[in-house]
Amino acid sequence: MTTLTFVIGIVYLLAATLFVLGLHQMRAPSTARRGNLTSALGMAIAIIATIVVALVGSGGNLLAWLALILGAALGAFYGTLRARTVKMTDIPQLVSVFNAVGGGAAAAVAFADFVLNITAVPLGLSTSIPIVLDVLIGSVTFSGSLVAAGKLQGIIPGRPITFRGGRVLNVAIVAFALGAAVLTLLFGQSTLLLVVVLVASLTIGVLMVLPIGGADAPVIVSLLNAFTGLAVAMAGFAIDNQALIIAGALVGAAGTILTLQMAKAMNRSVMNIVLGGFGTGDSTGARSTAQDLTGVRQVTADDVGLQLAYAQHVLIVPGFGLASAQAQHEVADLAKYLIGHNIDVKYAIHPVAGRMPGHMNVLLAEANVPYEQMLQLDDANAAFDNCDVALVVGANDVCNPMARQGGNPVSGMPILDVDNAKSVVVLKRSMSPGYAGIPNPLFTDPKTGMFFADAKQGLTDILAATKEYVAG
Amino acid sequence: MTTQLFGNLAIFVLSLLVGFEVISKIPTTLHTPMMSGANAIHGVVVAGAIVIASEADSPVGYALTFAAAALAAANVSGGFVVTDRMLRMFTRAKAPAGATPTTKDPS
Repeated sequence: MTTLTFVIGIVYLLAATLFVLGLHQMRAPSTARRGNLTSALGMAIAIIATIVVALVGSGGNLLAWLALILGAALGAFYGTLRARTVKMTDIPQLVSVFNAVGGGAAAAVAFADFVLNITAVPLGLSTSIPIVLDVLIGSVTFSGSLVAAGKLQGIIPGRPITFRGGRVLNVAIVAFALGAAVLTLLFGQSTLLLVVVLVASLTIGVLMVLPIGGADAPVIVSLLNAFTGLAVAMAGFAIDNQALIIAGALVGAAGTILTLQMAKAMNRSVMNIVLGGFGTGDSTGARSTAQDLTGVRQVTADDVGLQLAYAQHVLIVPGFGLASAQAQHEVADLAKYLIGHNIDVKYAIHPVAGRMPGHMNVLLAEANVPYEQMLQLDDANAAFDNCDVALVVGANDVCNPMARQGGNPVSGMPILDVDNAKSVVVLKRSMSPGYAGIPNPLFTDPKTGMFFADAKQGLTDILAATKEYVAG
Repeated sequence: MTTQLFGNLAIFVLSLLVGFEVISKIPTTLHTPMMSGANAIHGVVVAGAIVIASEADSPVGYALTFAAAALAAANVSGGFVVTDRMLRMFTRAKAPAGATPTTKDPS
C-alpha cells in the first residue's frame, strides 16, 4: 500500500463518517438542515480525493477529462436549475428524476469499466459479477424511475396500464435479461451480450412501473431509490472504490426502510404494490356521479366558521386533496388566524398524507407552519380526545374508522382517530370514496358536518366566516 | 484479490446495518427530505465517473464518461440543493407577537 492509497483510504473513511453523521442529524427538524450540509461536505471531500487519485495515478487523457468536465457542468447546471425552481408539490417527481439519473450513472460507470478493461485480460468473476448486477439494477432504476416520475407528473396516465399477457411478457423478459447476464459472466469477453443485458433491463424498468397506479408510484420511487443504492454499491465493487460501496449501502438501507414503512401505512404489502394493477391512480371522481347523501349532514362555511370561533382545541387533518389543490397556504392562514385569537390549533398528519411520506410536512413548512404544530400519528391520536373541532381537508382513507374492524381493504391500517373528536368537519369535493374504494362511516357520523367544496375556496370561505364571528 | 473482495463485502454489510440503524430513527415528519437527502448521497457515483475518465482512451470511453458525469452531476448537485431548500423551510414557532416585550420599551 503506497502512502497515497493509504491517505485516500483515510479520506474516504472521513467522507463515509460524514454521510452517517449527516443522516444521523436528520433525526430532528432543528438539526436536519445541518445534517444535509454535513453529507454534502462528505461528498465534496470524496470527490476531491478521487480527482487527486485520478490525476496522480494515470494522468489520463485530455479528451477524457474534457468529456468529464463538460458532462459534469451540464449535469450540475440541469440538476441545480430543477432543484431551485421545482414547486414543492412536485417534489416526488423530482426525487424520482434524480434517482433515475443516479441509477443511469451507476450503469454507465459499470458499462464503461467493462468496455475499458475487457481488452486487457479476461475479467475475474469478482469484477464481472458486480458489473453485470450494476448494469441490470442501474438500468431498471433509470427507466423505471423516469416512468414513475412521468406518472406523478401526469405525462403518463396515472391509472395502471395493463394489457393481456403483460405478466407473461414481464416474466419472459426478466428471464431473458438474467440469461443474458449469466452468458456475459460465462463468456466474459462480449460487449454485445452486456448491451443485450442493458436493453433488456431498460425494458424491464418500463414494464415494471407501467402497471402501477399513480397513488402507489411513491412506494415504487422509494423502492427504486433502494435499488439505485445497491447499483452504486455494485459500481463500487467493480472499480474497487469504498466510498461508493458505503454510500450505496446507506442509501439501499434508507430506501428499504422507507418502502416498508410506506407499504405498512397504506396497508399493503410491497409485493402487492409491485405486482400493480391496483386503484385508478389519482382519484378522478369518476365514480361520484351516483352520490348517496343519506345520513349526511351538510354544513356551510358559515356553520364551520361559527364552530371554529367558539372552539378551544382544533385539529386540522390535511390529506391528499389539500396537496393536489395546493391549498397549504389557505389552511395555514386559517390556522394562523385562529392561533392569533388564542385558539389552540395543531395539524394531525398521517404518514402517507400528501403524495409521499412526509410530503405534507414539507408543504406546510413551505406555508410557514412551525414544525411544533405538526403532530405525527401517535401524538395526534392522543390529542383527538381533547379536540373540539377536527377539520378534515381532502383526506379520506387515512381517517376511516372501518380500519379498526376486520374484513375490508383498510382493516388494520394505522389511521387518525378523527371520530374521537367532539365534532368533525370534513371539507371535501364530493362523497366519492378514497383510494381504497370503500365508503367512510365518518362522513355519516351524526357529529360530522360535510362541507362540499374545493379545498382552496372552501378554506378561504371558512376563514372569512370565522372572522365575522370572532370580530362580532 | 479475495482478501480485497472480502474486505469490501464486510464494508458493504456493515454499512447496510449502520444505514438501517440510523435511518429507522428518523421521524415521518422528515421522511421526504430524508429520501431526497439519501438520493443525493448516492450521487457519490460521480466519483465512479472520475475513475472512468482516468481510464478512458477511446471514443466509446469518452462517450460513457460524458454520460456518467452528466447523470451523476445532476443527481448530486440537484439532490443536495433541493433537500436544503426543503429543510430551510422547517422552522420553529416564533414567539407570539404581543408576548412580553421585556427590555425594548423603557417608558
